[in-house]
Amino acid sequence: MRRIGKLLYTRRRLRLALILALPVAWLVGIYGGSLTSLLVNSFYKIDSFSGTIDRSPTLETWRQVFTDANMAVAGRTIAMASGVTIAAVLIGFPLAYRIARYTRGRTKTALVLAVLIPLWSSYLVRVYAWKLLLASEGVAAWGFDLVGAGAVLDWILDLPVIGGPSLSTSSLGQFVVFTYIWLPYMVLPVMAAVERLPESLLEASADLGSRPASTFRRITWPLVLPGVAAGSIFTFSLTLGDYIIPTVIGDSSPFIGLAIYSQQGVAGNLPLAAALAVIPVVVMALYLTGARKLGAFEAL
Amino acid sequence: MKKRAPRSLTALASAALLYLHLPILFVFVYAFTTEDAAFTFPPPGLTTKWFAVAAENQDIRDALTLSLGVAGVATATALVLGTLAAGAVWRSRFFGRDVLSLFIVLPIALPGIITGIALRSAISITEISFSFWTIVIGHATFCVAVAYNNVIARMRRISPNLLEASSDLGASGWQTFRYVLMPQLGSAIITGGMLAFALSFDEIIVTTFTAGNQQTLPIWIFSSLVRPRNRPVTNVVALLVVAITFIPIVLSQRFSARSEEA
Repeated sequence: MRRIGKLLYTRRRLRLALILALPVAWLVGIYGGSLTSLLVNSFYKIDSFSGTIDRSPTLETWRQVFTDANMAVAGRTIAMASGVTIAAVLIGFPLAYRIARYTRGRTKTALVLAVLIPLWSSYLVRVYAWKLLLASEGVAAWGFDLVGAGAVLDWILDLPVIGGPSLSTSSLGQFVVFTYIWLPYMVLPVMAAVERLPESLLEASADLGSRPASTFRRITWPLVLPGVAAGSIFTFSLTLGDYIIPTVIGDSSPFIGLAIYSQQGVAGNLPLAAALAVIPVVVMALYLTGARKLGAFEAL
Repeated sequence: MKKRAPRSLTALASAALLYLHLPILFVFVYAFTTEDAAFTFPPPGLTTKWFAVAAENQDIRDALTLSLGVAGVATATALVLGTLAAGAVWRSRFFGRDVLSLFIVLPIALPGIITGIALRSAISITEISFSFWTIVIGHATFCVAVAYNNVIARMRRISPNLLEASSDLGASGWQTFRYVLMPQLGSAIITGGMLAFALSFDEIIVTTFTAGNQQTLPIWIFSSLVRPRNRPVTNVVALLVVAITFIPIVLSQRFSARSEEA
């Protein structure tokens, strides 16, 4: 035992190799291997007669990806992801700013926890809660009636594109739920960025006669932007790949995630699902390149 | 301390907090409703009978057992892998170090569906059959990041002097590990473990692709959402999932808060 200990102590390389063996085997072997098999699968195709996977390399499946219908789905998903990201900034920024600059001690700990808990707690149940809220006989409709605004709700639901038979079957409802679910991912990095904002800069700006709006535009926003960019990576990426929310809430118009899910599940077309899954990866790669230029990686 | 916060800012921030927390409270209310077919609000009456109905449902009991089992084994696996990886990355430089850190965060950085479909592709190509273990492999893969992050953050705060002092005083590598390093890392490992457990217990996206016909609790909830059945029982199960994930999250926060004070 001691001798082995001594051997390991003197041979740093050997010790490192032993420590590394398992994590590398798992992450690079199993996970990296899986990602590779995803690519490999996208070059297989489904045999239309037998419904089994034909394992001879072909570009057939990739041809099916670039149809107008799929591009429209990709476009709609990216639009939703962008909308959700913007909404998360608008709602999350004031919250992050208020916590970071105007609280301390126990209050701050409690408020940070209040942002963290939804991030870790059950994603599925949080989606489910909105089913209860948005159903036509549910809480939201009751609330609108309570304040005598039932007509406003009907008017909103009658709107084209965002409306629907009830809030839980409208894209507006879907948008509200997406934003709700990913909001904490925006608040936390923005909070950290505001935390790093030097008080003296804001004071200097005010002393030099700058109005709050101009201080915000010229000092606060540029300095917090890396945090916003970091948060947007999550809100954008998570919306891009989600298929649970579009299944449970909304007008059942397809999203990329949903298309991948149903190709794999209902249609049993794993090669096409694999090829479609490359779309969000490419979009995210482009997004990350942009976010990196804004300094997002330092603000994570 | 700064000036008082502007009223309008406080109002906006409070509204955002309500938006984050109010919805989940309704899950509590609905678990007690007497209405069994619709989501009528306010509930026409209150009852606790659905808890008994849920407790006797064999599907739910099986799903709960499976979910707890998967979360337990996946957490243990992730803790071993994450702690080892953190130990390797901490204080040593080696070829491929950045690649390893990338591979640790990738499973949670990429949308869950990518991880899911990738594992599904590998299962298809290798012709492994779906089982408890395929679910565990998926969960452990994305839980590693949580364990790793907690442990490496703690390691970075450990003074290298402690380790040097230990070996100067004649401790063997194992003794230093056992009596100096482990006590420091203990609470970080527990915190990471609790978060990983919570993450695994209610995971649905990756699980769908690695589970075959097995039903974890989230998959049971999801399938009863897609094909509405047993609405009141679903409400109770939703409440159960909130409770089971909430406990480790709060405990882990207390743990990390306490170790930061120390």
